[in-house]
Amino acid sequence: MSKATLKLSGLEPLIATAESNFINVGERTNVTGSRAFLRMIKENDFEAALAVARDQVDGGAQIIDINMDEGMIDGKEAMVKFLNLIAAEPDIARVPIMIDSSKWEIIEAGLKCVQGKGVVNSISLKEGEENFIYQAKLVRKYGAAVIVMAFDEDGQADSYERRIQICERSYRILVDEVKFNPHDIIFDPNIFPVATGMEEHNNNALDFFNATKWIRENLPWAHVSGGVSNVSFSFRGNNTVREAMHASFLYHAIQNGMDMGIVNPSMLEVYDDVDKTLMVYVEDVILNRREDATERLLEFAETVKGDGKKREVDLSWRETDVQGRLSHALVKGIVDFIEEDTEECRKQYERPIEVIEGPLMDGMNIVGDLFGSGKMFLPQVVKSARVMKKAVAYLLPFIEAEKGGEISFAGRVLMATVKGDVHDIGKNIVGVVLSCNNYEIIDMGVMVPAEKIIQKAIEEKVDVIGLSGLITPSLDEMVHMAKEMERAGLNIPLMIGGATTSRVHTAVKIEQHYTKGQAVHVLDASRSVTVVESLLGQKKEDFVTNLKADYTRLREHHEKHRNAKPILDLKDARANRLKLDFKKEDISVPKQLGNQTFVDYDLTDLREYIDWTPFFQTWELHGRYPKILEDAVVGMEAKKLFADANAMLDKIIAEKWLEAKAVIGLFPANSVGDDIEIYTDESRSEILHTQRTLRQQGKKTASAPNMALADFIAPKESGLKDYIGGFVVTTGLGIDEHIARFEADHDDFNSIILKALADRLAEAFAERMHEYVRKENWGYDSNESLENSDLIAEKYRGIRPAPGYPACPDHTEKIDLFRILDATNQTGVELTESLAMFPTAAVSGWYFGHPESKYFGLGKIKLDQVHDLADRKGVEREVMERWLGSVTN
Amino acid sequence: MTIQEDLKKRILVLDGAMGTMIQRHPLEEKDFRLGWFDDHNQPLKGNNDLLSLTRPEIIKSIHREYLDAGADIIETNTFSGTWIAQADYGLEKFVYDINFHSAKIAKEACVEYMKEFPGENKYVAGSIGPTNRTASISPDVNDPGFRGITFDELVNAYEEQTKALLDGGVDILLVETVFDTLNAKAALFAIDNVLVERGLNTPIMVSGTITDQSGRTLTGQTTESFLISISHMPLLSVGLNCALGAEMMRPYLQILNEKSEFAVSAHPNAGLPNEFGEYDETPELMAEQIKRFLDEGLMNIIGGCCGTTPEHIKAIADLAKEYEPRTFNFPLIQ
Repeated sequence: MSKATLKLSGLEPLIATAESNFINVGERTNVTGSRAFLRMIKENDFEAALAVARDQVDGGAQIIDINMDEGMIDGKEAMVKFLNLIAAEPDIARVPIMIDSSKWEIIEAGLKCVQGKGVVNSISLKEGEENFIYQAKLVRKYGAAVIVMAFDEDGQADSYERRIQICERSYRILVDEVKFNPHDIIFDPNIFPVATGMEEHNNNALDFFNATKWIRENLPWAHVSGGVSNVSFSFRGNNTVREAMHASFLYHAIQNGMDMGIVNPSMLEVYDDVDKTLMVYVEDVILNRREDATERLLEFAETVKGDGKKREVDLSWRETDVQGRLSHALVKGIVDFIEEDTEECRKQYERPIEVIEGPLMDGMNIVGDLFGSGKMFLPQVVKSARVMKKAVAYLLPFIEAEKGGEISFAGRVLMATVKGDVHDIGKNIVGVVLSCNNYEIIDMGVMVPAEKIIQKAIEEKVDVIGLSGLITPSLDEMVHMAKEMERAGLNIPLMIGGATTSRVHTAVKIEQHYTKGQAVHVLDASRSVTVVESLLGQKKEDFVTNLKADYTRLREHHEKHRNAKPILDLKDARANRLKLDFKKEDISVPKQLGNQTFVDYDLTDLREYIDWTPFFQTWELHGRYPKILEDAVVGMEAKKLFADANAMLDKIIAEKWLEAKAVIGLFPANSVGDDIEIYTDESRSEILHTQRTLRQQGKKTASAPNMALADFIAPKESGLKDYIGGFVVTTGLGIDEHIARFEADHDDFNSIILKALADRLAEAFAERMHEYVRKENWGYDSNESLENSDLIAEKYRGIRPAPGYPACPDHTEKIDLFRILDATNQTGVELTESLAMFPTAAVSGWYFGHPESKYFGLGKIKLDQVHDLADRKGVEREVMERWLGSVTN
Repeated sequence: MTIQEDLKKRILVLDGAMGTMIQRHPLEEKDFRLGWFDDHNQPLKGNNDLLSLTRPEIIKSIHREYLDAGADIIETNTFSGTWIAQADYGLEKFVYDINFHSAKIAKEACVEYMKEFPGENKYVAGSIGPTNRTASISPDVNDPGFRGITFDELVNAYEEQTKALLDGGVDILLVETVFDTLNAKAALFAIDNVLVERGLNTPIMVSGTITDQSGRTLTGQTTESFLISISHMPLLSVGLNCALGAEMMRPYLQILNEKSEFAVSAHPNAGLPNEFGEYDETPELMAEQIKRFLDEGLMNIIGGCCGTTPEHIKAIADLAKEYEPRTFNFPLIQ
């Protein structure tokens, strides 16, 4: 039996437990609170009104409040129409509805339109007990929870005593007479403004907190909600102070038991982020700590008068001077006015270059500082960069028109994705972050050979070279790059970055080959500025000395570690293979053998399969989705980014920006030792391809086997007929034109979002295809029924390891995988010389269906297996040594 | 003994399909008119609810077959007994008769059975279908805000049906095949109106329909959301029926088992329809799948929907005897 205290539902459930966080109610679909929304309803623009609702849900509202109380509109008709339209929008209707009106007839009309369990906002004793009981009975009968205002025949409760007296009376009537479920009662004990200048208001917040605490302790199961922005009413126009007040109020209200509320997220500062001095003044007021608290806050407020968080409608920042406006636009990432402001500024300066070196750089320095100190997050910085790029693009023609116009940068950085690799999201982000810090970026793009990078570095006299790569062969290309730079006699610092790179790899495999210059690993974009500054600044010598010592230590440790960890000879590892007890009933005959191609696959279907967590990781926002949206530190930015991403996803789908193609194939197969023989047909007489798998060689504890993928396929000698599958999927077709469009507009932000989304869709497509294979095509698990979170957690039977990843790091297996699937013809996905897939938004791999099959990491292997593999494949041993360099001990 | 007490002691068996059994009788247009609608101006064949009036002996014999097979609860032949559903045949005025007589026949079948086998408790559940309109979805794709039926109209129709079923003597009201929770909420609203007006405490069962393996109702709710949305009424049981066979229904019953404060029921179809639209899962196969529900302790009430026959119900009843019912407490808030 569930211990939940409040259960609501839209298409999906919303359950408040004692442990769950504060429930945030979206407030923008309210004609009394939003002029924009009122205008949409008045003008009958319900499309736009729906977009507001959707935006709130995407932005993390867990309930949406809907209010149509306005004299100029027919509130009942508008409520019914809007609720009926919402019912047709699953991405909105998934959350519960709060039907908000002061008119009972509108509430009742609304209750007749929602299939889920919503919330009525609100009823009270204002018009007497009889009316209260009548309405409460109906709310219960319609199956809704209810907000009860602390209001009675004598008016609104404005003291602690009146609040608890009215709430208790209401509660007793509801529970004892109406038999209302106490879990479904939510009190609104009235949030009133403080610091109004009237002494009787000074205790308003404290009274609310105390009443909240009393309700939670004395009225079992009941909840407490309220509209938070009321408290700061007297500071309208000073958002910095208002946001601080909201943060403080909410903090204390939640401490006292408030568990639901209407909070505008763009008008809320994180409690710990509020300036400490300001917070003292604010809390003096909120907690009524001193008599002169209001005067002191008013006085202090003058000094912090600012805009606080950006609000869409708040254009008061336009009233400052042009330098201030540029700075504001940069810090807030607003592109709307950047060209006119830049032009105005240009006229004030003698030379256009001074606009860049002056106000624009000043603004970017603020951005850099905020980012450096963790007060801004990557998505915001990339938006700032977009503003900067647009301003610079506007000024460039003027600069070029005059002689000697050259911008002075802090340094010049060459960025490139190495030969054979096509992944560039990370590289682009680093480029943006560095350019925000006044570095000039020369971006050579992807698949750039070493000699071109070196040539360019010399020609352009760059100060730093930054290399990026994602797939494992790129690691060797970076080693090659370091050796080539050494040979060319360069001493330019070399930065190494990308998902498979590491400090250890840089120390062990790269750094010592580049003695004339310094190689350094950069973990993520946020570190890149510090690293470049250290490499170019006055303290370079210290930095390099420390780095060298650090890397030497790493190398030594690695060497010791390497020798300490025993690795078996291949024959011993094989003797300890995984011996599965293959049974006929564990092997399903696929419903359909051979290849099956999907073109123009419906992206809408893929959307729900997206694993969002890596998307946030791309932006260096760390945490698991969906929890990250509520994260105290990055939640706000994560929500914004999530909303931006979903808005683009809507467009990608509606305007068909991307085409999804896939080919999957299932084949008869049996294992022979470490190999898997894949046959052309069920006669099993002709071998289509022999897949060579790699076996773990690390010494295992007593019962653990040394696994190879071949162990999951029934051995030929068993006489059992087994099967294997392969797949290649992409969602990257058509992306180039849109990336080009964004780049022409200097819009890195959207360019990166698009690439990251395409990658997510490709993974989602792989997930979807795997599900199809399990449930239908191979069909060994036709009754599987899993939520997306279960899919992400791999709770299904079977695996889909990808060549180049931990279970099978051998990229060269992709060549034959592509051949037997005719993948390039069927999907348009090509392989580069390093066997990276292009378009990059692509996934390929093998399907294994045995119930015992599972993912494992190969770990380090010995040269004996590398050579054995080369001999089995019939290729030069040196070739396989190169391909498997990163996994060889 | 009340049904609530009975439910604590054993797994109750609900009957199987009415339509499938009616198909076993070679019926013509005249059979649907006999003595009641001889001069009606529209074809009536296929309006099975009418048979309670025109061929009551057939309906009663079907009820008896299910009772003999081991059903503890039999459903009235009133799935389409609302003026909304009967409007298609121009028979809105006969809704009371349909429900009253259907309930009466079922009750008679039970009484006769209990006379022959004293000590066995048999119950009649008044079947309240979803109607053929939805309150949450527009029938016009170009006008998503439009509705073919309103909440108030549904309440009106369900009040009429409820009254007639109670007059005819049903022991339980069964709101079933819920594909739109708003329709079901209207039915519950209507039932509450009638029960309050008459001072009755008739137990209510609700059974939703998960349309496919998305795990959602036709109107998009997840199983848990559906449960939350109807939990404001003190129900006897909540469950699932139709659309899916037993095997595919299992994950959603697990959710109800875990989350429901009420008893849990299921009456799945006999598998999925074959290429001829027939349900051909055998009693043995269905019982085998239902055994898994019972092994997992998911059920309080179990029966069959489309395609099931007395043979299926017998297989299920034989099985249910061997098991203890799922334990639950009726919610404190009533």
